[in-house]
Amino acid sequence: MSLNTYRAGPDEHGHFGIYGGRFVAETLMPLILDLEKAYTAAKDDPAFKTEMSYYLNQYVGRPSKLYFAERLTNELGGAKIYLKREELNHTGAHKINNCIGQILLAKRMGKTRIIAETGAGQHGVATATVCALFGLPCTIYMGEVDIARQQPNVFRMKLLGAEVKPVTSGSRTLKDAMNEALRDWVTNVGDTFYIIGTTAGPHPYPALVRDFQSIIGHEVRAQMTAMEGRLPDTLVACIGGGSNALGLFHPFLDDADVAMVAVEAAGHGIETGEHAASLTGGRPGVLHGNRTYLLQDGDGQILEGHSISAGLDYPGIGPEHSWLHDVGRVKYVSATDQEALAAFQRLSKVEGIIPALESAHALAEVIRSAPTLPKDHLMVVNLSGRGDKDIFTVARELGVSL
Amino acid sequence: MSTTTSRIDRRFAALKVEGRAGLVAFITAGDPDHGTCLELLTGLPAAGADLIELGMPFTDPMADGPAIQASTLRALAAGARMTRTLDLVRAFREGDADTPIILMGYYNPVYAYGVDRFLADAKAAGVDGLIVVDLPPEEDGELCLPAQAAGVNFIRLATPTTDKARLPAVLANTSGFIYYVSIAGITGAGSATSDAIAAAVAHLRTGTDLPVAVGFGITTPEGAADVARVADAAVVGSAIVRRLEASLDAEGKAQPGLVADVLGFVGELAAGVRGARK
Repeated sequence: MSLNTYRAGPDEHGHFGIYGGRFVAETLMPLILDLEKAYTAAKDDPAFKTEMSYYLNQYVGRPSKLYFAERLTNELGGAKIYLKREELNHTGAHKINNCIGQILLAKRMGKTRIIAETGAGQHGVATATVCALFGLPCTIYMGEVDIARQQPNVFRMKLLGAEVKPVTSGSRTLKDAMNEALRDWVTNVGDTFYIIGTTAGPHPYPALVRDFQSIIGHEVRAQMTAMEGRLPDTLVACIGGGSNALGLFHPFLDDADVAMVAVEAAGHGIETGEHAASLTGGRPGVLHGNRTYLLQDGDGQILEGHSISAGLDYPGIGPEHSWLHDVGRVKYVSATDQEALAAFQRLSKVEGIIPALESAHALAEVIRSAPTLPKDHLMVVNLSGRGDKDIFTVARELGVSL
Repeated sequence: MSTTTSRIDRRFAALKVEGRAGLVAFITAGDPDHGTCLELLTGLPAAGADLIELGMPFTDPMADGPAIQASTLRALAAGARMTRTLDLVRAFREGDADTPIILMGYYNPVYAYGVDRFLADAKAAGVDGLIVVDLPPEEDGELCLPAQAAGVNFIRLATPTTDKARLPAVLANTSGFIYYVSIAGITGAGSATSDAIAAAVAHLRTGTDLPVAVGFGITTPEGAADVARVADAAVVGSAIVRRLEASLDAEGKAQPGLVADVLGFVGELAAGVRGARK
């Protein structure tokens, strides 16, 4: 399939090819239409852009550095590896970029209460942070299983003044947190704004989150051009819902010479069935407001994902990724828990940077592919989050008691 | 819209002649197990249900409260699947040619089954209508229009957030009846006041001649009677499912007397509805 542009989507109904759409209860439909209207207006409003830039620069600390990982490059002996340091953002991950955008939209729309779902807790922390910044009450839904494995982030959210509601239904992870957030939203339609953390959900969320995260790719474009005098050859990012990957990729989609690789979580291995790789191991279905690749059984029942990384532990993926997968613009691969753990330790020791377990999946792919590439091959990996939140999980996996 | 009259049309016409509203009773297919569910289903008309909503189980029921969430997960744990749901309808139809059955649920299990195959099999089994919570008018091409073409009613939900501007879109491709969700919220949560419901029903009637059923938050015969005074039908789901739940043992298995108890409760609701306009 050949297209003039890969960057035109979604269409007016929120579709990327057959993916996306607005599969929500009637109660939410008027709210989603309102949000679309508000976002369309804000996008073209210079005042909104100015406000966004102010907070991204002064509060988040953007632009984030594009760092040449010299020691890792030398060790691997191939491609020249650059790290996009999203983990240096305030709150320690890329999630805050989107939260700044959505809270400013919420304010514009006159909403007075914020809800969000979270898996690893990074989006929950980022949401709680912007709610503290703007003085809005906030409720974060988080699966009981994730609460147990991400204690530092739970405490962080509480310190920031958020109410963290444990979700005990279903598999008690990210998908159930999203169900519960939707149940809250459908009940509190008048005053509540739902800050979705990834490029998924009903239209316009996938496009809106992508746009707010695209600052990552725009910066890389300028930074790489300044440092190397040309565009990168390969972009690598991990993918759960897919917001850090799309944020990095989207500005480059029409640059035919830029290859893109997204890394799904293979958990214990795709062949074991215990993984969270929707594209590799799933098929198209409808969940949480959009059509996309889902882990499901033959009867359309949603299966539980598995990954060592709570942030990737979701049985779906953003609809634009499903489309990019089908048209072949982005290559989707996977990395297991063990590969991610190895990459986690390697970056810590070689570069002095402890990556999030999510980002370690992307690094696992870099470790696999960089040695096979020439030394002038420019490879950018999105270091989407820092690993402090994961030290308990990693210690347990390594048999260390803290 | 279908030109032939459907079982749903005939049932509402008959209710009109009787001068009363109807009771729509909801149970989940396969809850707590296939056999018990079939007993319940076949017993509902005699207990006083005028129409039946049969839930299609789904792992992620985003619009449902705890009672129906638990119900749908019980059914799945007991082996419920789409073919078994249609088996229930087929078995029901062997003994009842008149009571409408509406399948209610979420889109993914239908999509996974295949829309065309689903409509053909559902129609053949004796299904009269569909309520699919996550298919708003914006997605009519998915199932609503194919269903109408296949002669299966597609019943739309109207809600407190459906304003005047949006109402025509909601009514456009609906058939059988309109289901008014009386609260903004999930199933089994709070309830609306009688005045609010009366005003909403009056608002809907300005846009359609279709019968209006009202659901969400009706838990007692008195509550059902209140709705029956202003609407064409009262829908009760969570309260029936909770009654079923109360008759389960610690392992979630049906105890003797479950079917009689649940049907007894449906009888009380039906009495409320039938006595409402006297």
